[in-house]
Amino acid sequence: MENKNNPKVYYEESYPPVPTKSVKFWRSCVIWQIYRFFVLNYKVMKIVAFGHN
Amino acid sequence: MAKVVVLGAGIAGHTATAFLKKKLGKKHEVIVISPSPYYQWIPSNIWVGVGRMKEDEVRFKLDKVYKKWGVIFHQAKAVGIYPEGDVKDAKPYVIAEYTSEGKIGEQFKIEYDFLVNATGPKLNFEATEGLGPKGFTESVCSYSHASEAWKNLQHVFSKLEKGEKQKIVIGTGHPMATCQGAAFEYILNVAYEFKQRNLSDKAELIWLTNEYELGDFGMSGAYVKRNGYITSTKIFAESVLAENNVKWIKRAGVKKVEKGLIHYETLAGEYKTQEFDFAMLIPSFAGAGLKAYANDGTDITTRLFAPNGFMKVDADYTPKTYEEFNVKDWPETYQNPVYKNIFAVGIAFAPPHPISKPQTSPNGTSIFPTPPRTGMPSGVTGKITALNIAEWILKGDDSLKHRASMGKMGAACIVSAGFSLTKGQAATMTVNPIVPDWEKYPDYGRNIKYTVGEIGLAGHWMKLMLHYMFIHKAKGYPFWWLIPE
Repeated sequence: MENKNNPKVYYEESYPPVPTKSVKFWRSCVIWQIYRFFVLNYKVMKIVAFGHN
Repeated sequence: MAKVVVLGAGIAGHTATAFLKKKLGKKHEVIVISPSPYYQWIPSNIWVGVGRMKEDEVRFKLDKVYKKWGVIFHQAKAVGIYPEGDVKDAKPYVIAEYTSEGKIGEQFKIEYDFLVNATGPKLNFEATEGLGPKGFTESVCSYSHASEAWKNLQHVFSKLEKGEKQKIVIGTGHPMATCQGAAFEYILNVAYEFKQRNLSDKAELIWLTNEYELGDFGMSGAYVKRNGYITSTKIFAESVLAENNVKWIKRAGVKKVEKGLIHYETLAGEYKTQEFDFAMLIPSFAGAGLKAYANDGTDITTRLFAPNGFMKVDADYTPKTYEEFNVKDWPETYQNPVYKNIFAVGIAFAPPHPISKPQTSPNGTSIFPTPPRTGMPSGVTGKITALNIAEWILKGDDSLKHRASMGKMGAACIVSAGFSLTKGQAATMTVNPIVPDWEKYPDYGRNIKYTVGEIGLAGHWMKLMLHYMFIHKAKGYPFWWLIPE
């Protein structure tokens, strides 16, 4: 039976962390994301470069 | 003049072909046998499946590119390998069957000095009754399947617009299916499309997976540095799904699909069903079904191939328990141990064992993902094999000095979560190495310094950039070889 008192608890999907408004803002902030684009590319390139010989 | 035959023109086979021809030039022959006339950039099929790209944006015809490179191309499917030749001639050869119009089923023989098996997987829909485009579910494993999925997804949009409720189930369609990443991308993209159309309230999205925990992805999960914490991909994956109002069913092995109804067994041994209006479930993978014969015609398929149809290479195939699994079991050169001039790259090689912990239900059903070997590992194994063969031919050096074990190789996975240059998102995840090395990294199995787990617009730009970069590379446009695998 559905929990009418507090329907958001005791479901698996109610436990994980969900982003706040601030997190969502930074995820789509173009200036910040341009910076992250270069950071992420650098990190991925390091993995690619050292992955094989 | 040496003759190298490459079976398959997917990411691994096409990469091997490109580097073989670049290194060997006109003095040696490179022949490709592939059943499809197209090369497809598989990671972008997700966007075909939600109508954001057309089929022709993720594929191109191989014959033009191979003509430009001087590679001989046969649109055909290899059916038999004769690694010792036959009683008349000891030269090894392959028997293939044309798949091109006008020649369908016609067989031909091609001799080789070196053979690269890059056939990829057989999408084994038959292993689950009612699964796949010929049954009751969709697939995004090829551009044509993704295109079909998009057509049917539009019917869901129409019903939602009319106010009808719809159940969408996305995940794995076999107790041992892998490639959770692709299904995960698809469910996030479908969720994004619903949001864009203000249809989320009527749609119930369900992630159905054979993983023990979410975020396992067939590689026993991973840990990533995120917001000052070291977080498991379980938390990461659950967080992404919860944010997108996706419910989940885990530890579920799909046994059968009927119209609108999925039958699955849980790891606890319960038999359950899940209703659906639209389902996209990834099938299990098997080898391409190649046979091998000795020079007297004896079937030696088991000498070259594992029971699942994938080719044996320089891995340690000794049966082991999960506790005995070792990173050193994984291959480095992808050379067949019996026939040294045969190599298997990409998905075509047989992994020594799973990466995820094997799990069995009380009824004896194995429910866990098999190892993923797509994307970066396919390109890397194709490249190092090409370089080793080229050095063998040109310098007589058979030491196979180019090596790439999945126990040393890292991988980046960019999980698209919506297609838009300004509102799109993707989760960028990296692991190094792919197969955990618990001796070298006792805390997390992997080098935590090289991990990333980040969601944002930048991830979408990266995935889009990789799409154009790798199509550029595959077409052999200027400086293609500068783009790393």
